[in-house]
Amino acid sequence: MDWMAIGTALMLGAMLFLLFPRVLHAVKNSPKGSMSDWMGFIIPIAAIIGFVILLINMV
Amino acid sequence: MNDHNISISRSQDSILATNKVLKNTYLLLSMTLIFSGVMASVGMAINLGHGAAMIASFAAIGLLWFALPRTANSTAGIPVLFAITGLLGLGLAPMLNHYLAINPSIVSTALGGTGVIVLGLSGYALTTRKDFSFMGGFLMVGLMVAIVAAIANIFLQMPVLHLIISAAIMVIMSGFILWETSSIIHGGQTNYIMAAASLFISIINIFQSLLHILGAFGGDD
Repeated sequence: MDWMAIGTALMLGAMLFLLFPRVLHAVKNSPKGSMSDWMGFIIPIAAIIGFVILLINMV
Repeated sequence: MNDHNISISRSQDSILATNKVLKNTYLLLSMTLIFSGVMASVGMAINLGHGAAMIASFAAIGLLWFALPRTANSTAGIPVLFAITGLLGLGLAPMLNHYLAINPSIVSTALGGTGVIVLGLSGYALTTRKDFSFMGGFLMVGLMVAIVAAIANIFLQMPVLHLIISAAIMVIMSGFILWETSSIIHGGQTNYIMAAASLFISIINIFQSLLHILGAFGGDD
């Protein structure tokens, strides 16, 4: 394993360490979403997935 | 009657403040994207190596984590944001050269695709004015899981897992664009420097993930 892979792993590990308190805060303080709230997220994401499939077919 | 007038005046002030944050955020975002593109072009022209690109990315992440939060409430935050986006642009150079050598249409398609996705998501959040604050916990946990999977794949070296991680990052970063835009609209984010930084990171991650996905299906990996 080269030093770049080790460096990337260390950097990602540091990101996890720094991110963890924010994750805990977000999980504890985020309001709960209703079914319609989640549908408002799922619909654009489904459109993006369809768009990426279209791009894959274009390349 | 007086209370009613004060209430209308406060609500108008709030709308004006929100519009100002939105305008400043997108103005700063477009300038940083152009600057990052210029720095990526410079990196590509000088054929920047993977080691130097990695150091530039590490420096950008260091500035993002430690310098930007301390300077974002003053004008000093603007040069820090330009430094971050310029370094991230430089960090992209070897990857762009790699994909340009394989198939130049991958880079142009990923660039155009990212533009369409970002404009579509921002337009969706701005026109529907939905509140996406409920997604904060989900997005943060998703990001942590993706990082853990990325660390595991450094050792496992599985191309399929790499593709799954890229797809997951695309979904998570798309969610972050909806979340951040909704946060600006609803007054949760009032700092345009932090908002522009957050949107820039989401955009660059969507672009990189799209490059990996298109590269995998367009003759790479």
